[in-house]
Amino acid sequence: MPEYTLRIRRFDPESGEPPYWRDYKVELAPERSVLEAILTAKGQEDGSIAIRCSCRAAICGSCGVRINGRSALACNTKVGEAQETARDGVIVIEPMANMPVVKDLVTDMESVHWKKIRRVTPWLIPAEEPPADREYTVPAEAMLDVTQTMACIQCGVCMSACLSLEADPEFIGPAPLAKAYRFVGDPRDGMTEERLRDLAEDPHGLYDCTHCFSCVEVCPKDVAPMNQIMRLRRRAAEDFGIKDRNNGYGHAVAFTRLIEKYGTLHEAQLLPRTFGDGSLVKGQTEPGAVKQLLENLPTALRGLKSGKVTPKKAFFHPRLPDQKEIKRIFREIERHGERIELNLYIVGEGGDEEDAATTAAIAAAEGRQDS
Amino acid sequence: MIKVAYWPGCVARGFAPELHGAVAKVAPLLDIELVELDRANCCGAGVIAEHNQELADTLNARTFALAQRVEGAAGMMNICSTCQGAQSECRERLDASASYREHINKHLAPEGLSYRKDDEWWNKNLLWLVVEEIGLETLRSKVVRPLTGLKVAPFYGCYIVRPTRRLGFDRYPDRDKYLSMVIEALGAEPVEYAGSHKCCGFPIITMNRRTSLRQAGRHLADAIEAGADCLVTPCPLCHLNLDMQQPEAAKFVGHELGVPVLHFPQLLGLALGLSPKELGMGKHVVSTREIAKRVESLPVAAAA
Repeated sequence: MPEYTLRIRRFDPESGEPPYWRDYKVELAPERSVLEAILTAKGQEDGSIAIRCSCRAAICGSCGVRINGRSALACNTKVGEAQETARDGVIVIEPMANMPVVKDLVTDMESVHWKKIRRVTPWLIPAEEPPADREYTVPAEAMLDVTQTMACIQCGVCMSACLSLEADPEFIGPAPLAKAYRFVGDPRDGMTEERLRDLAEDPHGLYDCTHCFSCVEVCPKDVAPMNQIMRLRRRAAEDFGIKDRNNGYGHAVAFTRLIEKYGTLHEAQLLPRTFGDGSLVKGQTEPGAVKQLLENLPTALRGLKSGKVTPKKAFFHPRLPDQKEIKRIFREIERHGERIELNLYIVGEGGDEEDAATTAAIAAAEGRQDS
Repeated sequence: MIKVAYWPGCVARGFAPELHGAVAKVAPLLDIELVELDRANCCGAGVIAEHNQELADTLNARTFALAQRVEGAAGMMNICSTCQGAQSECRERLDASASYREHINKHLAPEGLSYRKDDEWWNKNLLWLVVEEIGLETLRSKVVRPLTGLKVAPFYGCYIVRPTRRLGFDRYPDRDKYLSMVIEALGAEPVEYAGSHKCCGFPIITMNRRTSLRQAGRHLADAIEAGADCLVTPCPLCHLNLDMQQPEAAKFVGHELGVPVLHFPQLLGLALGLSPKELGMGKHVVSTREIAKRVESLPVAAAA
């Protein structure tokens, strides 16, 4: 049986000593999990290693750690695979990031993860009185859209990997925002707009995600929290026109309308339009927008000085030769009134499969176009 | 000689014109023939998809269709991590469902265009193209000015490294190591530091300036602490936050910065014997003068 070296980051707050590294050698078949490797080290060499675990089958979400720098469930990672990404043949195991360490590999889930989960009001607030004599049922198709977020097991692995959270500890974070979509997308919930407005206006909310894909990459349940954040943004801006103070709405509108007009991005107009909820005039006249523009003035001047940006480029942007075709595409899609979203979590990747909701939306959109 | 349909993107012709210029200079030295897609549109950078997925998918299907029409092209090349990621995301959806693809193609039909699903057809960032289609051996043979002694910190940009499942890592598992491999092939020394695969923060520069510039600033400071003479990136959007915003980023991290950031083709060009000036290195916010001087003092050999 192959032998593996685990380098575990140890920390005992009661000792008064800083964290330190200790190596353990374990013999194990490569298809066994990193969790089993840790438990083997604990059982055979050092019973004081602290790790939280229960089901050992990626269901309970207890054993989140970082393996060779990557956030993952220890039970869901094969030790042989961990060896492949190990440097110098040593598998490095650390507690999850972006949260306090209680002891060794056990992190405090309460102070970051659960606190932020509670922040998004993680329960249904029904639009109407639930029926007294039966269950509150909805058509199965209406729940398809939120099944992906319902797969979350609250393991905190995405919180550990989140690069925005790393730079801004106040960011609500991927798991809570995915949870928020669980209720925003639920047809029975009656607080959709309030939820969206609350998250959009929070300076550390909906628009604090940098779109870095870290949570998508590490989630053991394919919840793809970032995709849920994008859905929340879509609902907030498109369905409710929420003009948030963080420029989230302005940025999406400015960007989209500039491409409709020019085909490629007129960067010099992106900033003022973003600050003006999409409007160039508003972005250059409203006190709030002007203040933000002035904040960006030093950067703009440096751009001019370096020769990257020329006055001509700032005021003039060429349209694409076929811009009328781009405009037609915008018109066709934005006017048919259907939201056609292909969710690969439902249809599967590359399998040429169909899902009923998308097919129906396409049929409705095409029917409307023809008439 | 490899012929490619070339999508330069918006920023490389906008606020980072030195990138587009550098590609034009470097391509012939690598025997890449560029057929520029001058009628193609913005990839949407994930922002249009955030607004309307069908729209983003249609716009990128249009670009792919234009690229697939280029006679004799081996595939499509981009020079921006964000274009790579945004386009790969749309393509994944287009390839996943025949009826969806057919619907999107209806929007393209009036222009006589159609996106064709073809697993062998590719869209690659110049970085991928250099390693996978040209090869490091060939690249090494073309180096006339090995960048000896230059310590270069790689910065990938999120969109070109995550999610691995969408970005072809099953077939090319080393795609998250390519920058270091190329840096080495060019005779320079890759610098390891915490931020190489992290986010530059650019996408939220207008939404949360503090978080955005903290990210950029931290990675730059980490690279400096690790001894980097410069950074190199295949993403012009990262370049905007790492170079153009660097003096501002310094204010958010309590660390003196001032480290030059090169575009990927600029680093290639230096090793292929081009001058820093030809590569537009004067058009950076953080001065590249010091490393330009160092590189120009390195011996230039005749091409092998």
